Amino acid sequence: MRDTPARRVLFQIGAVVLALLVTTVVLIAAKAPPLAAFVNIVQGAFGSWDVTSNVLVAWVPLLLVTSGLLLTFTVGLWNIGIEGQIILGGIFATWALRVYGSSGMSPTLVLILAFVAGMAGGSLWAMLAGALKTFGGVNEIFGGLGLNFVATALNIWLIFGPWKRPGVASMSGTLPFDQRLWMPTVTPQSMLSVPTVIIAVAAIVIVYLMIQGTYFGLRLKAVGKNAKAAYILGIPTWQHMMASFALCGLFAGVAGAVQVTAVYHRLIPSISSGYGYLGLMVAMLINYKAAFAAPVALFFAALNVGSIQLPIVLRLDSSLAGVLQGTLVLFVLLGQGLRQRVLKKSQVAS
Amino acid sequence: MTENEVLRSLAGVLAAAGPVIFGVTGETISERAGIINLSMNGTILLSAMGGFAVSLSTHSLVLGFLAGAGIGALVATVVAFSSITLKQSQVAVGFVLALLCRDLSYFLGNPIMGQMGPRVSLLPIPGLERLPLLGPLLFTQDPMTYLSFILIFLAWFFIFRTRPGLMLRGIGEKPAAAYVRGANVGRLRYFYAALGGAVAGLAGPIYSLSVKAGWKGTISGLDGIGWIVLAITIFGGWSPFRAALGAYLFAFLQWFGLVLQPSLPGVPSQVLQVAPFPLMILTLLLVNIGQADWVERTLARMPESVRRDLSKVLRAMNVTPPAALGTPFEKD
Repeated sequence: MRDTPARRVLFQIGAVVLALLVTTVVLIAAKAPPLAAFVNIVQGAFGSWDVTSNVLVAWVPLLLVTSGLLLTFTVGLWNIGIEGQIILGGIFATWALRVYGSSGMSPTLVLILAFVAGMAGGSLWAMLAGALKTFGGVNEIFGGLGLNFVATALNIWLIFGPWKRPGVASMSGTLPFDQRLWMPTVTPQSMLSVPTVIIAVAAIVIVYLMIQGTYFGLRLKAVGKNAKAAYILGIPTWQHMMASFALCGLFAGVAGAVQVTAVYHRLIPSISSGYGYLGLMVAMLINYKAAFAAPVALFFAALNVGSIQLPIVLRLDSSLAGVLQGTLVLFVLLGQGLRQRVLKKSQVAS
Repeated sequence: MTENEVLRSLAGVLAAAGPVIFGVTGETISERAGIINLSMNGTILLSAMGGFAVSLSTHSLVLGFLAGAGIGALVATVVAFSSITLKQSQVAVGFVLALLCRDLSYFLGNPIMGQMGPRVSLLPIPGLERLPLLGPLLFTQDPMTYLSFILIFLAWFFIFRTRPGLMLRGIGEKPAAAYVRGANVGRLRYFYAALGGAVAGLAGPIYSLSVKAGWKGTISGLDGIGWIVLAITIFGGWSPFRAALGAYLFAFLQWFGLVLQPSLPGVPSQVLQVAPFPLMILTLLLVNIGQADWVERTLARMPESVRRDLSKVLRAMNVTPPAALGTPFEKD
């Protein structure tokens, strides 16, 4: 038996079918009508132009963080601190808008500054996790997790403290920015901003080209495959790890800036909306191949947006989207293992 | 605060650390065998919800705890299966399970949210409860808290003082040597991953049936505990006593944050609640930094007297993980 593309596709389809089956069982266990729930999710995501544009709104930050994560995964790092990097991006972008918003500069210039600040914020936070790993020996998973909690606390402190609304501070976030400083959207009511879509698409294209077609990408891959061997061959190992952290944080920071300038128009406590963790799932599902990032991220964004109305229509918790996403990634991972096992067995037999 | 109030609060800190001790001990057992169970955050949430749901419908606390242990063992078995049998990354599968089980607990727990259920009551130990200081502190607790005290000693004794414990350390340190000595490494790893998962799974019902009784969905305040458990396991250097110390420190800091709250009106409660996290990073930094190359290089340049003292301090804090942690074992 050989590892053919057809066999790969077969295992992927098997994983999707199993994930749907398990989710159906979960729905039945919750005494919910499975078919109605799935139909509801599809309608919630593609039933009208309004909801579909919301899918794209969710797709932008998800694709941005996935792009960044592909770089850290390539070099063999688990950048779980990505949530905090999105938050810092949001905080820095908000800071730039507060400082330069009323300075008489043109709104476009202020928005560009906000994005640059967001990139710097995300990048700095990522390099902090990288420095902890490189110079302190702290595993990037635990350093990153800790930094996520710290970023959340910093964000809440800013919203309730120095940046609180005039009068009373609240969980609804800071005072919305002047409308001049909102990213232009398709319609005044919509949150969909075409420039942000372009930025996200550019991000994944850049990452794809960087990994596939540059010497830098090749070295990242070398470090990821075998850091010791790469070091012996003269590739500065930790510098490449730091660079991938910095770049990943940069993309996460852009995602945070998008959330602040185009979606919420203010800083809110849950500014990262879990996109960082979701991006990790997308990256695992596509087996760290940049070519599949855009469609799979779109699918995950559709599930998230599609499940928003579940509590109202069917009295189900919207975490159903997470259940479906989680089972899907789990079965794809298990399927990979199973496929390799079957291959190995048949090789031994022949 | 009067002396009595302080004692009662500190007794509360000991109780609050109970579930963390179960989580950390479970993870320590699993990691000693070489399996990282990164799903801890999902495991604790799902077993909290499941344990509460079971006790709500059966009116039995014991069944609730058993359900929690069962869920923990089941999730850990999935991690073990994917890593031992399918040779997949433990970190990847564990992370997916951490998110999946969290969402499952919120989805399935939706109908029982906010319901009043059974809860474990205090069980003062006759005689001992009258002791000054120690009575209200140690002997006026609920059964699971007593069990958490016992668990620390039990786990230490098992890991460091028994033959099976020696084998457990063996399959995590040098699986090849353990194999030559006749251990079935794969099967033992399955067993200890499931056992560790079951012990950690008890943390869930201890929350939902005692420490934070009930199930309140996303506002249960349990999201994040599992990640802390993983950090404390490292802080604890895979030793039950040091791990318990970490758990008590964590519970104490969370309580201390609440106590400080009234005197710091400008700081929102959420900020003080996360105070233990940066400290946790700092401690992880301290226990790991001794191994970094640049530290060794800097130390080498220092005068002999300073170097000896400094490296002694670093070595005392330093912990090393089981050598084969996270790596698959191949017989050939």
